[in-house]
Amino acid sequence: MELDSLYQEVILDHYRSPHHKGLSADKDIQVHHNNPSCGDEITLNLIMDGMLVKDISWDGVGCSISMASASVMSDLLIAKRYEEATKILGAFIELMQSKGQSQGDEVMLEDGVAFAGVSKFPARIKCALLGWMAFKDAATQVIK
Amino acid sequence: MSVDFSRYKNDFPILKRKVRGGNTLIYLDSGATSQKPEIVIEAEANFYRTKNAAVHRGAHLVAEEASEVYEGARENVARFIGAKSDEVIFTKSATESLNLIAYSLGNPESKFHLNSGDEIVVSEMEHHANLIPWQQLAKRVGAKLTWFKITDEGRLDLSDIDKLINKKTKIVAITHQSNVLGTIVPLAQITKAAHAVGAVVVLDACQSVPHFAVDVKKLEVDFLAFSGHKVLGPTGIGVLWGKAELLDQLEPGLFGGSMVDSVSMQGATWAKAPRKFEAGVPNMAQAVGLSAAVDYISEIGMDKVAQHEHDLTKQLISGLQNISGVQVIGPVDMKDRGGVVSFTVDGVHPHDVGQYLDQFGIAVRTGHHCAWPLMRRLNLVGTTRASFHLYNDESEVKVLLNTVSKIKDYFKVSK
Repeated sequence: MELDSLYQEVILDHYRSPHHKGLSADKDIQVHHNNPSCGDEITLNLIMDGMLVKDISWDGVGCSISMASASVMSDLLIAKRYEEATKILGAFIELMQSKGQSQGDEVMLEDGVAFAGVSKFPARIKCALLGWMAFKDAATQVIK
Repeated sequence: MSVDFSRYKNDFPILKRKVRGGNTLIYLDSGATSQKPEIVIEAEANFYRTKNAAVHRGAHLVAEEASEVYEGARENVARFIGAKSDEVIFTKSATESLNLIAYSLGNPESKFHLNSGDEIVVSEMEHHANLIPWQQLAKRVGAKLTWFKITDEGRLDLSDIDKLINKKTKIVAITHQSNVLGTIVPLAQITKAAHAVGAVVVLDACQSVPHFAVDVKKLEVDFLAFSGHKVLGPTGIGVLWGKAELLDQLEPGLFGGSMVDSVSMQGATWAKAPRKFEAGVPNMAQAVGLSAAVDYISEIGMDKVAQHEHDLTKQLISGLQNISGVQVIGPVDMKDRGGVVSFTVDGVHPHDVGQYLDQFGIAVRTGHHCAWPLMRRLNLVGTTRASFHLYNDESEVKVLLNTVSKIKDYFKVSK
């Protein structure tokens, strides 16, 4: 059914066993983002080493899409150069805006392509972007 | 006596449409907004087709007719809630109604108004629309906001009513029925305590007026707000009802055309209520649509509507209680309980529950339901809420229950 395109097995796996969940003791910055329409919340710690994303850790409450997406985001962006992380972020946003027309670049987005189906459900795009936007906010603040 | 409600369903064109998965819409989100019968859609459209002109102005026939149907709508809506016509103010929404009354009660020019040190009492189960205007009013005038707590069962906790409602209390603003828990509050005790100390009672009737008979004379509240769109009427129309003698003492909140008695370059005086609270050209077609809606529902009979929703609510609650890992949030006892049922599914976020139900054509609300403080009190991130109106039926409740029972498997949640 149509729903299976949203709830890919990969997504449910990340939801049940999220990666990098649990806030690190050290941090360069901590940001808190929420989605006031549904109440999802995320707190994200970022550690940068110059222009290298050294560590991302997070904690939050939310639906499977928002939590799994934060998990995938952390996997993808840790140990990437800031420029590369920004490219991946851009690719993920583009995938979310694709209205079901894009499969996503598997080389760049890895598990992130599982979220392609989310783009067909307008109400869920914000869920999928919650963690990514928290990262963007945190990184921008550290870099500037 | 049970009434066959199935024939009414056909009156609602949207209920015939197909939604996700090719399913016919099962609309269980009337707590957010109700669907509209054809007769309401027609009434609104016909106003534009045949009577559209700015009311209370213009020397022409169409303007006269527009004024006549607009004032007719006021009379009709007043009758529906047992009020006098001049006590019914049309607003754009219940939210606007509550803001308007909060604003007017905070205006020092109003004969009855709040001062620094006065107290406003609300409850933990308020919708944001009956909370934030009072928070803001308290902040503006230096008043103190206090609130009734709720019991673990989801009832209003009246144990400290004597302390809460005291000599400093000027306003008690409370919901008639919780939009999350379905709890109907014990109003008589509250109005008695409030009036004993000279406070006014503002009732948020958004979840009551559309679902059971409400007579303002019997309730003994001082102000009451509800929205048109939840009572089968159009969006863009709300009602603020107030006791005539109190409306007389209040200053308006919006200023402009239509609400004046006389205007000079230096100042202005106001028309009498309700006109002084209706600045500008009002939402005329929507008022006429609301009038058609209250005609429609009155003809069926509010007591029958209430009984029908009561039966469906009972069926849903007992069905949910039989599904493992599902919790009903709110009273399970049917006494003083309306047709709004919140629940959670262990291990599955409400948003995911709602998405799963949507695949089968079932429309529910998920999240905090604009009652964030209540969610915090309940220690929940949100709930899934099914809410009824007269067009729902037993078979829809069965489909809902059957679908809910499969959710945990779909998301592979153990237990």
